[in-house]
Amino acid sequence: MSEAVRAALSALAPRLAPGTTGLAGCRRLSGGASQETWLFELAAEGESRRFILRRAPDVQWQSDLAAGLGTEAALMRLAGAAGVPSPAVVHILAPGDGLGEGFVMSFVAGETLGQKIVRDPAFAEARPGLAGQCGRILAAIHRLDAGGVAGLRLKTNRAKVDALAEAVAGFRERRPVFELALRWLAGHVPADPARPALVHGDFRNGNLIVGPEGVRAVLDWELAHLGDPREDLGWIAVNSWRFGAIDLPVGGFGTREALYAAYAAAGGAPVDAAAVRFFEVLGTLRWGVICAGNADQLDLAAANAVERCIIGRRASETELDLLNLLREAA
Amino acid sequence: MQDMPKPDAILAAVIDFLRDRALPEVSGRTAFDLRVSINALELVARQIALTPASDAAEHARLTALLGQDGTIEALNARLADQIRAGALTPASPGLIAHLIETTREKLAVDQPKYAAYRRLDEKNQGRA
Repeated sequence: MSEAVRAALSALAPRLAPGTTGLAGCRRLSGGASQETWLFELAAEGESRRFILRRAPDVQWQSDLAAGLGTEAALMRLAGAAGVPSPAVVHILAPGDGLGEGFVMSFVAGETLGQKIVRDPAFAEARPGLAGQCGRILAAIHRLDAGGVAGLRLKTNRAKVDALAEAVAGFRERRPVFELALRWLAGHVPADPARPALVHGDFRNGNLIVGPEGVRAVLDWELAHLGDPREDLGWIAVNSWRFGAIDLPVGGFGTREALYAAYAAAGGAPVDAAAVRFFEVLGTLRWGVICAGNADQLDLAAANAVERCIIGRRASETELDLLNLLREAA
Repeated sequence: MQDMPKPDAILAAVIDFLRDRALPEVSGRTAFDLRVSINALELVARQIALTPASDAAEHARLTALLGQDGTIEALNARLADQIRAGALTPASPGLIAHLIETTREKLAVDQPKYAAYRRLDEKNQGRA
């Protein structure tokens, strides 16, 4: 597989960086079943440039939830043009490129590991400002006019709860805590906004590239959709993205107040904290359902079976978080 | 009856070998997978050590809460059904306390380093 990718990238190189003398390096970074991420380097006269390839080699593997890679690329271009820190999308894959569906973007140096962003002294100066930066970035994202972007689904708040209820009902193992969270969610659905906004859908510590001075890029638009923008404000506060720094709800680096204040100051709608709390519960259950799903449909012969066992057993973390949230909300 | 050594002793020996002798010998993706595998074996070791007591306690709580007996799986399914139907709510006596204790017991096996678990554990010890 790696050789085919190398060959295809070598052929594509002159169109990505004029004057290119060849492919200097190429390795796969990560990726699930449907999407792959590759880091590659093109050598040119006197310099070299690094790029990221994000692709789905087999389009049929695309998840129902995903917006699609073409949509992701279009959104990153839109966001970048509006001042959201974003890698530059330099090429959208065409069938003739022989790489499947996807796009090539510029490499942005920095840290994405949440654990390091929350703890490493290298980010000590960035941390106090990160929640405010996230608020300003989210306000800019929610203001984007995505009317011209194909492939974005509209999701109502009720539909988001229903989708989780369906997933929970499909599990072989019964989880009383998930049922309790679903009951609470069904009884607290906030009214949908009069005009749906562009929702990133996975805006959290772990999907941001951070440098010592702050956020350098927003990644992973795979779950973007149209709907209630408060979902993004709740998702970034889910305990699983605090990486142990549980007293700083926003990504393990800031307070909700700092996030909301910056969001409103940057032109976002005034924040209804109770509605955001609904999305924090929804987000916590969503992550729990993803974890539990790993165990429920376990293929013991799969190469990543052990990893999936362990992720499956992390669902209990979200059960404790849900119980804490529901007790606070009571 | 099976002969000695017992499963917990065998597991401990395997974990020690993998962590102290095998892990330093490998690198890259294999090292990552091996570390995940060691974590998985440690989880199993904790489960063997802790669940006989926690399952018995959970079963006793479920029996009291639901007023009926059965296997722990059947009782949990019954509890889930009653919550889904709204017959048991957070206001129902003993429900939240039962769920917190059951979740605490799960995390003692699954992820005792989880910060929210450690905080709950500290609170419990402070109360004891």
